[in-house]
Amino acid sequence: MMTKMKPTRDGYGEALLELGKSNPNVLVLDADLAKSTRADWFWKAHPDRFFDMGIAEQDMLATAAGMALGGKIPFASTYGVFVAGRAWDQIRTSICYGNLNVKIGGAHGGISVGPDGGTHQSLEEIALMRVLPNMTLILPCDAEETRKATLAAAEIYGPVYLRFAREATPVFTESDSPFEVGTANVLREGSDATIIAAGPIVYEALVASDLLAEQGLKVRVINMHTIKPLDETAIIGAARETGVLVTAEEHQIYAGLGGAVAECAAKHCPVPIEMVGIMDTFGESGTPDELAEAYGLTHREIVAAVLKAIQRKK
Amino acid sequence: MDISMLEEKARTMRAWIMKGIAEAGSGHPGGSLSLVEIMVWLYYAGLSVGPGEEWNDRRDRVVLTKGHGAPALYTILAMKGFLPMEELLTLRKLGSRLQGHPDMKKLPGVEMSTGSLGHGLSVANGMALGLRLQGIDSKVVAIMGDGELQEGQVWEAAMTAAHFRLNNLTAFVDFNNLQIDGHVDEIMGVAPIDEKFAAFGWEVVNIDGHSFREIAEAFTRVRTDRPRVIVARTVKGKGVDYMENVAGWHGKAPTREQAEAYIESMGGNCRG
Repeated sequence: MMTKMKPTRDGYGEALLELGKSNPNVLVLDADLAKSTRADWFWKAHPDRFFDMGIAEQDMLATAAGMALGGKIPFASTYGVFVAGRAWDQIRTSICYGNLNVKIGGAHGGISVGPDGGTHQSLEEIALMRVLPNMTLILPCDAEETRKATLAAAEIYGPVYLRFAREATPVFTESDSPFEVGTANVLREGSDATIIAAGPIVYEALVASDLLAEQGLKVRVINMHTIKPLDETAIIGAARETGVLVTAEEHQIYAGLGGAVAECAAKHCPVPIEMVGIMDTFGESGTPDELAEAYGLTHREIVAAVLKAIQRKK
Repeated sequence: MDISMLEEKARTMRAWIMKGIAEAGSGHPGGSLSLVEIMVWLYYAGLSVGPGEEWNDRRDRVVLTKGHGAPALYTILAMKGFLPMEELLTLRKLGSRLQGHPDMKKLPGVEMSTGSLGHGLSVANGMALGLRLQGIDSKVVAIMGDGELQEGQVWEAAMTAAHFRLNNLTAFVDFNNLQIDGHVDEIMGVAPIDEKFAAFGWEVVNIDGHSFREIAEAFTRVRTDRPRVIVARTVKGKGVDYMENVAGWHGKAPTREQAEAYIESMGGNCRG
């Protein structure tokens, strides 16, 4: 595959610039990481609508709630570890409880943050955000999809959490590829198994599907960019039509995408499920590629999981 | 300022707070009673707030950041006509709009859902910033408890308000020196409250929180370019002699008999 590389966070920055022009109600807040989250692009273009709140994530999220009460559409961004974890109570009680129109940009998600190490590798956002009523949770697969998801977040009313990554990852969707919040995209058709993935690891799922095709296996790949609301129809269809499911995510194996898919399948169409993700451990320093190898987040683990799942069909 | 009218409102408010919490069988009488004069003055003198105004962008806004003072907020809203007085007796009951802590989605007049301490000043800052961006000169008031100041987020928000020079914001600290586990200065001292806020760049006014004259003077003095905090020395349980300054009445309801006896002692007056 010929692919261009770009960090998903760039899509956030580009979309904020577009929103800055098109929607005067959009405000942007950041907690001293505007350069990393790409919120600084908006800052330079619209300094009067940008607020650097300093290193104070809890204050930032509750301030954003107050701005939303004044009819504004605040986007508050910082690293995922600091926003989903540290400011969870503010997101729960001051944003989701009142269903306030606050958008949260969780940057540097996943182990691919790399050398900063385990303290900074956010691996829990799906679990932390999915459990909150009124929350919409999106993990875009590439920079282009992040741009679309950010624009979409401004259009829907209510809290939205967007997770994006630090590293440049393949851009494999196009400006005209479909993106609708809550509707999964089938990227490869197949009948032998289905890989359901979210975030940049969707690319690894595609590679895995191609490798399995060489073995004569037709493996469906679903980009589950929206974790909440979950596209249950896509999951149930995949379970019925392909008989096994494999999930892949750059997130803790417990209470993540795998858990969400398993809940749905268990209720509607129980089938064997294998999960690829971080195996209930914290990360460590290393390059993103080294970490993906060390923690089993490559197409190789996905291929192995698909083969194992198909074995379990019998 | 008609002090006798305000005093009459305060008596009515105390009676209904007692009645509502007694009927609920649980709630926070102490920290509701300490807020009475502040609430009466804000809603009857200091602010432009009333039923029918809840969608008016130019209304003034109160964030009861110490959400456990909900009975005080509901009672003053009822007295202002946002809800029938009798509805105060549904406090904390299944299906009621009067949740144990204020829920803005359920009851008109509640500007923000609160209950997790330490959030409200940040929210008020966001409102004040949003209003300023829209060129609206409405007032924003945040009412905190003194125990609440133990939450670190309050001091993040204190920095934010000063940094952005939010002179459309006034914070009250209901300084009754009691929290659930005991005296604030024994559990986790927050003193000196005034000097702390001053060091954070705020205008500070120390007052007797049960004096309408002092509340009025502190609230209406000419604004500078800084946020203002009014540190209101109050008595937890104010007005009910056996509750005054007793930490045990932070989160314990009076019995119906106690509420009736209180209303009787006030002359039996429980009008809206």
